[in-house]
Amino acid sequence: MTDQPRTSDSIRFVLNGKPVALAVRPDTTALDVIRNHAGLTGTKEGCAEGDCGACTVLLRRGEGPRQAANACIMTAAQLDGTELTTVEGLKQDGVLTPVQDAMASNGSSQCGFCTPGIVMALTGLLEKAADPEEEAIHDALAGNLCRCTGYRPIVEAAKTAAKAGVAAPSAAGLPEKQTEVSCGGSVLHQPETLDQLTALRAAYPDAVLLAGGTDLGVARADYHSDWDRIISTAQVGELRAIGETADAWTFGAAVTWEEILQAVRADYPSLATLIRRFGSTQIRAMGTVGGNIGTASPIGDGPPALIALGATITLASKAGGARTLPLEDFFLDYRKTELKPDEVIVSVTVPRPKAGEEFRVYKLSKRYDQDISTVCGAFWLATEGGKVTACRLAYGGMAAIPKRAKAMENKLLDRPLDRGSVSEAIEALSEDFSPLSDWRGSAAYRKKTAAALLHRLARDLAGEIVEVMAL
Amino acid sequence: MNVDVKSVQRAVVGHGIAHDSAAKQIAGEASYIDDIAELPGTLHAALVISPVAHGKLKGIDPSKALAMPGVAAFVAAGDIPGHNDVGPILPNEPLFAETVVEYVGHPVGAVAATTYEQAVKAARAVALDIEELEPVLDVEAAHAAGSYVMPPQILIEGDVDAALASAERIIEGRLDIGGQDHFYLETHIGYAIPGEDGDMIVHSSTQHPTEVQHHVAHVLGGLANSVDVFTRRMGGGFGGKESQATIIAASAALLARKTGKPVKLRLKRSADMTATGKRHDMVATWKAGVDANGRIRGLEIEYLARAGNTPDLTGPVITRTLTHSDNSYFIPAARFTGHACKTNTVSNTAFRGFGGPQGIIGIEAVIDQIARELRLDSNAVRAVNYYGPETGEVTPYGQAVETHQNRLIEVTDALLASSEWERRRAEIDAHNATDPLLRRGLAMMPVKFGISFNLTSLNQAGALVHVYQDGSVHLNHGGTEMGQGLFMKVAQVVAEVFQIDIDQVKITATTTGKVPNTSATAASTGSDLNGMAAYNAATAIRGRMAKVAADHFDVPAEEIVFREGRVHADNRSVSFGELAKMTWAARVQLSEAGYYATPKIHWDPKTLKGRPFFYYTYGAAVAEVAIDTLTGESRCLRADLLQDCGASLNPAIDLGQIEGAFVQGMGWLTCEELWWDDKGRLRTVGPSTYKIPGSRDVPREFNVALLENAPNGEETVFRSKAVGEPPLMLAVAVWLAIRDAVASCGAPGLSPQLKAPATPENILDAVDDIRARSGKLQ
Repeated sequence: MTDQPRTSDSIRFVLNGKPVALAVRPDTTALDVIRNHAGLTGTKEGCAEGDCGACTVLLRRGEGPRQAANACIMTAAQLDGTELTTVEGLKQDGVLTPVQDAMASNGSSQCGFCTPGIVMALTGLLEKAADPEEEAIHDALAGNLCRCTGYRPIVEAAKTAAKAGVAAPSAAGLPEKQTEVSCGGSVLHQPETLDQLTALRAAYPDAVLLAGGTDLGVARADYHSDWDRIISTAQVGELRAIGETADAWTFGAAVTWEEILQAVRADYPSLATLIRRFGSTQIRAMGTVGGNIGTASPIGDGPPALIALGATITLASKAGGARTLPLEDFFLDYRKTELKPDEVIVSVTVPRPKAGEEFRVYKLSKRYDQDISTVCGAFWLATEGGKVTACRLAYGGMAAIPKRAKAMENKLLDRPLDRGSVSEAIEALSEDFSPLSDWRGSAAYRKKTAAALLHRLARDLAGEIVEVMAL
Repeated sequence: MNVDVKSVQRAVVGHGIAHDSAAKQIAGEASYIDDIAELPGTLHAALVISPVAHGKLKGIDPSKALAMPGVAAFVAAGDIPGHNDVGPILPNEPLFAETVVEYVGHPVGAVAATTYEQAVKAARAVALDIEELEPVLDVEAAHAAGSYVMPPQILIEGDVDAALASAERIIEGRLDIGGQDHFYLETHIGYAIPGEDGDMIVHSSTQHPTEVQHHVAHVLGGLANSVDVFTRRMGGGFGGKESQATIIAASAALLARKTGKPVKLRLKRSADMTATGKRHDMVATWKAGVDANGRIRGLEIEYLARAGNTPDLTGPVITRTLTHSDNSYFIPAARFTGHACKTNTVSNTAFRGFGGPQGIIGIEAVIDQIARELRLDSNAVRAVNYYGPETGEVTPYGQAVETHQNRLIEVTDALLASSEWERRRAEIDAHNATDPLLRRGLAMMPVKFGISFNLTSLNQAGALVHVYQDGSVHLNHGGTEMGQGLFMKVAQVVAEVFQIDIDQVKITATTTGKVPNTSATAASTGSDLNGMAAYNAATAIRGRMAKVAADHFDVPAEEIVFREGRVHADNRSVSFGELAKMTWAARVQLSEAGYYATPKIHWDPKTLKGRPFFYYTYGAAVAEVAIDTLTGESRCLRADLLQDCGASLNPAIDLGQIEGAFVQGMGWLTCEELWWDDKGRLRTVGPSTYKIPGSRDVPREFNVALLENAPNGEETVFRSKAVGEPPLMLAVAVWLAIRDAVASCGAPGLSPQLKAPATPENILDAVDDIRARSGKLQ
């Protein structure tokens, strides 16, 4: 790494195996870069909100395999120093890949508009998992909508291609990341250390602080806002770190949900299930824990789970240095947080499970996969001698912020978790929450089901099958 | 037409050949309109739409938009040189609002700019001066206020009042039936290229190129012959691009006329879902008179359909609702009424099934309610009401369900057996008797669906077939390809007639210049109509070629046989290509414009009587679900489908249509919910809020079959049957199975109140409701 700033007016990346330098505003969407600037039209715009997957591409950032990602809500800023593969780049020496072969011969495409994205999503899966289970195929397809086929022939194509064997092509050498790219009145900063990041944040408190861009990118893709200055967190070493001790995980703010999923799988299977329903494979590849917390959505799924787990958050600024607080104290009001204009989120620390503790998180939504929670209930209990000695119940979708249900918690303490204590806790629900009605559910439904999830918890801990998706 | 009625092994037809574009689609090489290389100077456009549901449009100020960099033009109603009208059936449906805006999303103009991003931003910068008026936002309010877009349609058979008065039991009920967004993956798009003499070429993502041609000409004030419309493929249509594409194409053409430059208008997903129509949501109420066996003696159903702000296709949609409110059941006395309610919401339009699904879920709700309230087996109630395969009853609209073509019993009996109904019914009842948290439900239902456009005049088609001197074939017809595999099916028909390899037939883009005056590719009729027109064209050419061959071999023409790419006379033969060259040399025409008009059909739109349908398709479904009685979540665990496709032209494509339609129907009835706020703003305008089924929502066990050895009794193309729409309605079985699971939470004799779609919230409400009513009974 040199000390000289590496700056230019062009985004530099590898596109379908060839190095390119494109002079585009860094806030141009990656999809517009691909279609309008590179002239590759195989990648489609279906929704411009990262939900339908028609724009799926494969992105390699640093070490590791190519990952499926949504080009529509990604920006050119996120392409600098990466390897990008579009559907046009799949063929090897003019030969279709096994995924393409299987998709073409299985009746897997009808109108064909979703097809390139699905080919990319399945390629991303099979390059990482040679022989995926059916559930893993559904996980890989959770971010891809098809309106024609009913999916069966697509899932079968994945199995056929897996049998044929999918080999990941050797990685291209990545161009060096630039520290600054400036084009058309939009400036991208890519700091590499926390000090650089906090200095930039102090200098430009109004700049867009860009992590995975899975939320900010939606407004950009709808052309609702221009980003004249962007500070990317993706290269900051401290924010990319994962720390593991016997007692806790520490996830840097720019760690992706896919990375967290792999880390916590064994410790917290219920959290892993939630994360798998968190956006999609494409979203998890880009979306970060810091972004998920920083955007402070009342219906974000990360915060209720992390609050229930007793997570803490560390913030830092150039002037004030670092400070750490319980995550539950970070959220102040609707989209308002403790984060000061010159501050950034550094990391989140999550305690690891101990004997006698239980954790469950349940998400309710209209669709199981890739949906936003109507209600998300996260429950952590410590028990001793059959009695609850400590607990944290946190909900999303029930208030302007993700929030603990302290009145409910009090009803559970120092007693066994049984029908009686659960019923009393539910009585206390309205002390904690008065939710809103919207398109995801009415206030009445939210209250009923927030209560119901506590019943579910008791039955779950008693060993019952409590979810239709487990059937 | 001389074809064997029995199933026969054919060379090309009946084989599961892959979709013609599959190899291009998986490589990203299939070109959709937004992928066409743009001509120099191409401008990009965006619609300017009303932000309010109802108001006086007092002024439009585009000056801020026009001052933005790269913005080239703005057009509104006053800029239209021809007629400001794109009504598909009835006149007075303006392209752009003039004095009143009538829904959130109502187009008032369009902007063109050098980039798409700039056009979208400029459209938002156009200032609209609107004086807000009170909107009418739901059908019941509209009905109460007498607000309709057209008079009601009433289908009457027999004396329903007498039948109800003398019935042993009266069953009354109500069902709220949700609408549905098409959510084709490719949003609406049109690309208009101005030419000389005021001509306009329009690439349109439309199911109805002829209508786009007519409306573009009409809006521009020119003749139809000045507009050529091209449609190679759509990224999905489902009815959403039947009438609505004209708005996009005409706006682009208007801007192209004004600027003299090519103009492309593509709707952002949110604009598409806001500004263009959907499946009609309806409220159905009924009163049925039944005997002790659940046999319907008289039935009155009233539908309040959300037309939205204009008629669009609401008239024929309601007609199909009324003509499918019998589904598979003989109703001797009927009064079916459909009101086209005018609301300040987007004008609803065609959607796969075209009103049929609302009629079928309506009658299925009636049947289910009868069975539950009379404590009868629901399949037994269905069976006593079936159109008899031996009795040949007549539908309320006057069409006989002819005995030799009636496959209801054949289909339902086969499906009940293959789905192991008896065993599973007993298991599920036993499971539910243990009062589990997760309850199961099981249901079977049939679908009888009428094939043909109700309006007789639409049932015609043309095709253009050329044979070139090398024996290759150029095929064009009026049907459009939206993913359903129509182009391959019609190509198979032509290859079969000539007995040549399918690769010898070139599939070409639909265009109004080659085959004129076409009907929409809709009503499941695409292959019936266009396949037969192409069959007629190819057969005429083959007849002329056979004469040339007969002269060449000096045998009678009847002895000439086309087989495996060659043309045979006893043991001598020439290749098809050689014969083509000989035919040209003999100065015999190798090109033909084929034509087809569906026989036997007639319809009186005033009395709603006639024989609107050439034939019926039959299908049935058994669905098993689980519901969570704490949260209302549901999952379809297994579905078994059996569909009558006649002698299928392409079983692989038909299978894809059945599976895809079923899953789309499941979406309509489970997770897809359109949600308007109290200002009339649709708040579910993208996939983040409007949830169509994903891959994990497909039934865990999914058994789908085509009815075998079942050639169409009518003379359709190679005795096939239509497939596009009917299987969508098989998903009503999923909704009925959810009802069954809900019913298990209540006392016997109670019928669930379950709205469609059966979202988790609606299921939980139904569970709580039936439990409360059971408590009151105890």
